[in-house]
Amino acid sequence: MDNNPDYSAPPLPTSSADTPETDVAREAAGRSRRAFIVGGLAALAGVGGWRWLLTRPADEGTPWPFRRVLDANGRLSQAYFRETRLAPTFPKSMATSRQNGNIGLKESFVTADWRMRVQAYAPAGAPARVQEFTLADIKALPRVDMTTELKCIEGWSIKVNWVGARFSDFLEKYPLATANGREARYVSVVTPDKAYYVGLDLSNAVHPQTLLCYEMNGQPLTSPHGAPLRLVIPLKYGIKHLKRIGTIAFVDERPADFWAEQGYDWDSGH
Amino acid sequence: MKRLVEKHPLAIRWFHWLNFPILTLMIWSGLLIYWANDVYRIGWGSTTLFKFFPDGFYKALGMPQKLAQGMNWHFALMWLFLLNGLLYVGYTLVSGEWRHLLPDRNSFREAILVTLHDLGLRKGAPPVVKYNGAQKIAYTAVVLMGVGSLLTGLAIYKPVQFAWLTKLLGGYEWAGAEHFALTIGYVLFFVVHIAQVTRAGWNNFRSMVAGFQIVDAQHPVVGDPVAGAPGRPTSPTLPA
Repeated sequence: MDNNPDYSAPPLPTSSADTPETDVAREAAGRSRRAFIVGGLAALAGVGGWRWLLTRPADEGTPWPFRRVLDANGRLSQAYFRETRLAPTFPKSMATSRQNGNIGLKESFVTADWRMRVQAYAPAGAPARVQEFTLADIKALPRVDMTTELKCIEGWSIKVNWVGARFSDFLEKYPLATANGREARYVSVVTPDKAYYVGLDLSNAVHPQTLLCYEMNGQPLTSPHGAPLRLVIPLKYGIKHLKRIGTIAFVDERPADFWAEQGYDWDSGH
Repeated sequence: MKRLVEKHPLAIRWFHWLNFPILTLMIWSGLLIYWANDVYRIGWGSTTLFKFFPDGFYKALGMPQKLAQGMNWHFALMWLFLLNGLLYVGYTLVSGEWRHLLPDRNSFREAILVTLHDLGLRKGAPPVVKYNGAQKIAYTAVVLMGVGSLLTGLAIYKPVQFAWLTKLLGGYEWAGAEHFALTIGYVLFFVVHIAQVTRAGWNNFRSMVAGFQIVDAQHPVVGDPVAGAPGRPTSPTLPA
């Protein structure tokens, strides 16, 4: 057993005018009153703060204080973020499939006509350029085969085998993200029907596991999985794995992001 | 004759009471996240004893699908949870309060006796000290659970950057399940804690708000009570 000087503190001094018994009672009542009033005020302040938070104007689908915290968390994560940190990979035998989400895929679509339109980085003064690519152009890049975990923001995850070209290899061969010695900060990826769109930091897009993917689990991509070309970015939740790439643009301003507009974290992963 | 004795320092009281709304909001926002894909259950094979949560639970609450809102609260409040936890642990270390909280060799045997007494299976009252063995174990465990929640939370929040941690915890799905299990642990802790506080009564509850307790002057507050010593209370208040 312990000897605690606080706990075994001597009785509080008593005044000679009162009997000790009533003195203790008065002291106890006074201290209790003060403590409960302070506690009550603190609780009221807490409730007030809670109401204040919930009534702030929204910044992209969430009260702005939450957006500020999410973005601060993102900056902190970016500071710790290293391209060399790879998402875990798994044996191909563990790969499975699950179809989820068809926003951006609802329009009738002819794969043979597909072209990927890329809007090059054009900082002030540089000319705007748009270049088109065929699937053969992407397949001509080094082929990467990997099995990573696809993590849904809802909480479930599956292992999927992906085959495609590294986004970084694409940019190495076609330096569309740089102009006048400068580099774009963001990448916008949009479906052909413009219904689904994601924004990425360029540093995330050039992560060695970020793929322009054309095969899944040993088969060419099927339409529900985003044929003919989709984005695979194991750094992020599934919501950033845009299916059926239509347009890519390299820009300086944070581009529109479907789920960030609904109140979700811009980073949604790492 | 009665006297006032100091029991809980001001800092401990603030950390304790701040933790209450913080943890409540963490659990609430965690539920909003969990409800997006409610897979956890207690059972084996196709037998389910309990599903988190039964349909009636969702019906009663109107089942809000507010995943983004839940995540935003969770990723903001985690900082307060971390800060409050660090300050609490730091304070107990600096002030020496940790000596009351850390279980020792005797605590486990004592905890069994206390539990038997609480369940009405043992007559003899446990010794009157600031925290009995069961309390020491519970209060230390809940701090360790907090550390566990932070680690498992980090593993599922940034599973690529902290891939080593996620792997150590058994992978992404396991880390998520562990995070959830710890939450259930807090809820169970809360239920027992409230029951014990209710049992222990007003004098004990007030000590966590105002800091002091009123005791009989002859009441041996510290140290081992001497068996059969005069003035030893027959039904001491169990501090909770």
